[in-house]
Amino acid sequence: MRAVGDETATGYTQGKGKNAANISSREIKSKLFKGLFIGATGFSLIVLLVLLIRIFTQGIGFLSWDFLTSFPSRRPADAGIYSAFIGTIWMMAVTAPVSFVLGVGTAIYLEEYAPKNRFTGLIQMNISNLAGVPSIVFGLLGLTIFVRELSLGRSVLAGGFTMALLILPIIVVASQEAIRSVPAELKEASYGMGATKWQTTYRIVLPAALPGILTGNILALSRAIGETAPLIMIGALTYVAFLPEHLLSQFTVMPIQIFNWTSRPQEEFHFVAASGIILLLVMLLVMNSIAVWIRNKFQKRL
Amino acid sequence: MNNRSNHSISKMIEEKASNRGMTKFAEGLMPKVFLTCALISILTTVGIVLTLIFETFSFFQEVQVAEFITSSDWYPLHGDPSYGIRPLITGTLMIAAIAMLIAIPIGLASAIFLSEYASDKTRRMVKPILEVLAGIPTIVYGFFALTFVTPLLQNIIPGLSIYNALSPGIVVGIMIIPMVASLSEDAMSAVPQSMREGAFALGSTRFEVAVKVVLPAALSGIIASFVLAVSRAIGETMIVTVAGGSNPTTSMDVTSAVQTMTAYIVQVTLGDAGYGTTEYYSIYAVGMTLFIFTLVMNVIAHIISKRFREVY
Repeated sequence: MRAVGDETATGYTQGKGKNAANISSREIKSKLFKGLFIGATGFSLIVLLVLLIRIFTQGIGFLSWDFLTSFPSRRPADAGIYSAFIGTIWMMAVTAPVSFVLGVGTAIYLEEYAPKNRFTGLIQMNISNLAGVPSIVFGLLGLTIFVRELSLGRSVLAGGFTMALLILPIIVVASQEAIRSVPAELKEASYGMGATKWQTTYRIVLPAALPGILTGNILALSRAIGETAPLIMIGALTYVAFLPEHLLSQFTVMPIQIFNWTSRPQEEFHFVAASGIILLLVMLLVMNSIAVWIRNKFQKRL
Repeated sequence: MNNRSNHSISKMIEEKASNRGMTKFAEGLMPKVFLTCALISILTTVGIVLTLIFETFSFFQEVQVAEFITSSDWYPLHGDPSYGIRPLITGTLMIAAIAMLIAIPIGLASAIFLSEYASDKTRRMVKPILEVLAGIPTIVYGFFALTFVTPLLQNIIPGLSIYNALSPGIVVGIMIIPMVASLSEDAMSAVPQSMREGAFALGSTRFEVAVKVVLPAALSGIIASFVLAVSRAIGETMIVTVAGGSNPTTSMDVTSAVQTMTAYIVQVTLGDAGYGTTEYYSIYAVGMTLFIFTLVMNVIAHIISKRFREVY
C-alpha cells in the first residue's frame, strides 16, 4: 500500500517538476512579503518609540515642581504651565457634563425611542458626517455662535461648549454601542414586571450600559484635551499669566501653551514645550488607563 | 403574618397609585428631552453651514467670486490685496498627497499583516499601540515634525528650508497610518473565512490568498478608508501650521514653505485682523472651501462603502 502511494507521489512530482519549482518560488515570494508587512507594521511602532524617546530626553530636564506651578515667562528657565493646566481643567469642567448629557441623551433617543423613519436616519447620518468635519471648522462655529452671537466672549464657557460639540459624535456612537449591547432579555424581564419604558431605561438599560458609556466619554474627553485648533479659533490666549476666576474668564489650555512655545525661535523654548508635552501625554495616559480599567472590570458581567 | 404581607402589598399599591401621576409625567417628558438632545446635533450642522454661508457671503461682497476661484495669488496682507484660493488649495493637496504616499502603503501593509498573518496574541499587542499612535495630539506631531523630522530631512536634502511641505506631509501620513490600518483591517476581517480556506485548498500561498482573494473582496472598504484618510489629511491643522510655514504658493516644490487652508485660518486668527475686515471674513470663505472638500470626500467614502460592498 505504502509503496504504491510513494510511487504515485513520485510520479506526480516528476510529471509536474516545473510546477514544483514554481511552488517554491511562490513560497519564497510569500515569505518575502510577510517580512515586508511585518516591517511596515514595525515602522509605526518604531516611530512611536522615537517620538516618545525624543520628547522625554528633551523635556525631562525642564520638568520640575516649579514648571507645574509657574506662570508662563519670557525666560525659558522661569516658564511654567500652571495657568494652562488649570485652564484645561476649567474647560473640561464645562465640556464633560455638557457632552455627557447631550451625547448620552442622543444615544438613548436613537436606541430606545426613535421610530424607524427617514428623520431618525437623518439624525444618524448627520452624526456620522459631523465626525468627519475638521476640528478647525468647529472652531469657526464656536467663534461665530458662542463668542460673537451669544456674546460669551473668549471665555471658558465658549471654549467648553465648542469642545463639547466637537466630541459629541464620538460620545453618541460609543454610547449607542453600549446601549445596544444590553441584552434584550433584561429589558423584557423589566417590562414583564410592569415597568414603563422610562423606568426600564433608567433602572435597567443605563446601569448595564454605564461602563461602556463611561469608557466612550473618557476617550472622547482625552481627545478634547489634546485639541488645539478650535481653541485657537475661539481665541484662547497664548500668553496667560492669571488663572480663570469664573466661567466667563479668559483662559488658555495646555496644547495652546505648547503651540506657543513650539513656535518660538529660541531652542530653549522647545525644551519647555517638550516638558509640557510630557505632562499632556501623562494626563492622556492616565485617562486612557482609567477607560481601559473600566472596560476590563465590567466587561465580563454581561 | 398573612395580615402583615397583605398590608404591605396594599400599601405598595397605594404608593404606586399616588406615584402614577409622576410616572406618567416622566414617561411623557423623557422622550421629548432626549429628542431635544438629538436635535442639538442637527442644530450643530445647521449652525456650521449657516455660519459659513453667511460670513462667506459677506466676504464675497468685497471680493469677486471670480477672483477667489481663478486668481493664483493669495496676498491678503498686501497693500493691494489679492484673494485667489488656488495657492492654499495647492498647499493643502500637496501635503495630503505626501501624506497618502506614506499612509497608503504602510497602512495597507499593516492591515494585511494584522488581518492575514498575525496571531491573535500579536494582534492584541499591536492594535493598542496603533491606537496610542492615533491618540497622540496633533500639536505633539507638529512639534515632532519641526524639531525632529525637519532636521533629519535637512541632513539628507541640503536645500530644505526650516518650513517645508515634505516634513509635515510625512508626519501627517504617520498620523493617519492607524486610521488606514484599522479601517482596512476591519474590511478584510469581514471577508468570510470560507473564501480563504477555498483558496488555500486550491494550493494558494498565504500571500496569494491575501492579495488575490481577500484584498479584492475587501476593496470597497479599503478604498473608503483611503478616501476618509485623505479627508482627514486635508482638515489637519496643527502639524502644517507648526512645520509647513505660511507661504501661499502654487509652486509644487516640496522643499520650500507652503500654506494650507487650515494654516491660513490659524494665521489670521492669531494675527490682529479686526472683526469685520475683509481679512476676517476671508477665513470663512477658506473654511467653507475646506468644509466642502472634506464633505465631498466623506460622502464619496460613504457611497463607496455602501454601493460597492460585496455581500457574502
